Amino acid sequence: MGAGRLYVAVAAGGFRRYATYRAATAAGVFTNTAFGLILVYTYRALWDEKPHLGGYDQAQMLTYVWLGQALLSTLAIGGGGVEDELMERIRTGDVAIDLYRPADLQLWWLAADLGRAFFQLLGRGVIPFAFGALCFPVYLPRDAGTWAAFFIAVLLAMVVGFGIRFLVVLSTFWLLDGTGVSQMVWLLGFFCSGMLLPLNVFPGALGEIVRVLPWSSLLQAPADILLGHADPLGTYLFQAAWAAALLGVGRLVQSAATRRVVVQGG
Amino acid sequence: MWVRSTMAYRASFVMTTFGNFAATFFDFVTIMLMFSRVDALGGYSLPEVAFLYGLSGVSFGLADLVIGSMERLGRRVRDGTLDTLLVRPAPVLAQVAADRFALRRLGRVTQGLLVLGWSLTRVEIDWTAARLLLMPVMVASGFGIFCAVFVAGAAFQFLAQDASEVQNAFTYGGTTLLQYPPTVFAKELVRGVTFVLPLAFVNWLPATYVLGRPYPLGLPGWVAFASPLVAVACCALAGLAWRAGLRSYRSTGS
Repeated sequence: MGAGRLYVAVAAGGFRRYATYRAATAAGVFTNTAFGLILVYTYRALWDEKPHLGGYDQAQMLTYVWLGQALLSTLAIGGGGVEDELMERIRTGDVAIDLYRPADLQLWWLAADLGRAFFQLLGRGVIPFAFGALCFPVYLPRDAGTWAAFFIAVLLAMVVGFGIRFLVVLSTFWLLDGTGVSQMVWLLGFFCSGMLLPLNVFPGALGEIVRVLPWSSLLQAPADILLGHADPLGTYLFQAAWAAALLGVGRLVQSAATRRVVVQGG
Repeated sequence: MWVRSTMAYRASFVMTTFGNFAATFFDFVTIMLMFSRVDALGGYSLPEVAFLYGLSGVSFGLADLVIGSMERLGRRVRDGTLDTLLVRPAPVLAQVAADRFALRRLGRVTQGLLVLGWSLTRVEIDWTAARLLLMPVMVASGFGIFCAVFVAGAAFQFLAQDASEVQNAFTYGGTTLLQYPPTVFAKELVRGVTFVLPLAFVNWLPATYVLGRPYPLGLPGWVAFASPLVAVACCALAGLAWRAGLRSYRSTGS
């Protein structure tokens, strides 16, 4: 029970820490809103040519755009999660101190990242979404059940997102400078999560491939539940399977990394 | 110095350069995926959109290469390390631009050039001397306008300190906007980027002239040639803003 309390405290710390960056949060809201506007117009041009593209009508497409902007920093799809800090700690050798702590490295950083994600959802997610909902004819479900189902999917998406980023961080143990790998993975994540274009608009085999990759858990899965396009239980199973697989591999790699750890610095 | 220091981590340099290439590559893949479903976007064909995309990408990529480090200024203001630049006998603007100069940003320029090259083989342009001349002028003016946006954004960070993301809305957001035809966007938005923040002069106005298309706001034809003037005016204004920002700077030191 004591351990549980510890991780809750770590998560609360993560939440509070990001809450102190007020100007940065306001700036992020502005940027998300601006990008949302650009996407709305380009998608509109697309849906004008082909109505009901990917099974979405115009209103559902608009919801999808603003949902993407709301979840971008929450799930750190384009970076900006706790991985930057952990990577720096590995590069400088400070991670040795973390490994001495009577807490699990993976769970500690998962808790910190969840705290961050909750803050970003409130701080950077709600306002762009509300702006989109007020200014555009979006589709919003009316029953509380769908919203509850949607939030569970977002929660699972947070864990999957962390699972991917934690693996990226661990590569630093071997490469020493992880910026290259993390950048590649972010780009891939951007593309494969449906941030640039909804995954159900992707043609043919490419569409089928991106839908089974872990990144489809991040934006496409919660969006499809909110838009009434997917069965919640099946989606949860898919997300949970990826979360378990990623965290499991992360744990294996972590133990391999800590066995060969060479602390940098004096 | 920064070039040598990035070369210390060669694998990472190769990956980040390729990453910069890939970042813009995925943008273009997205456009191609869109065109796998439709034949035209806002009345423009894929080669025409690629033409706009390549021009915007090259102009922005060059500005990003030269002066993209500006977004680090907010951090320097916040942690007080800007002071070390102030006491050195070199212009602060040049120092901030050279700060962490990142050769990896060449990836973005390369990708823009490739897309532009491909579009030129596909798009049908009735080449005249004026159109031919406009091509390099357009890229140079676009470079100037984007540089002005970077500098103005940096000047804003003297006030806002922790708000470097606002700058991203105008720089990265601006170049994303220009990758699509002006006919896609609402009239108010097009007016905004023509008269308020004149991004339309980077490629929309001159490129619609080269492509022989009517400009949506019904502006006269000569505006296509106004880009250099607009670029000079933008740079002058951004320079003034930068000086005002620098003068208002108070160190965070104790």
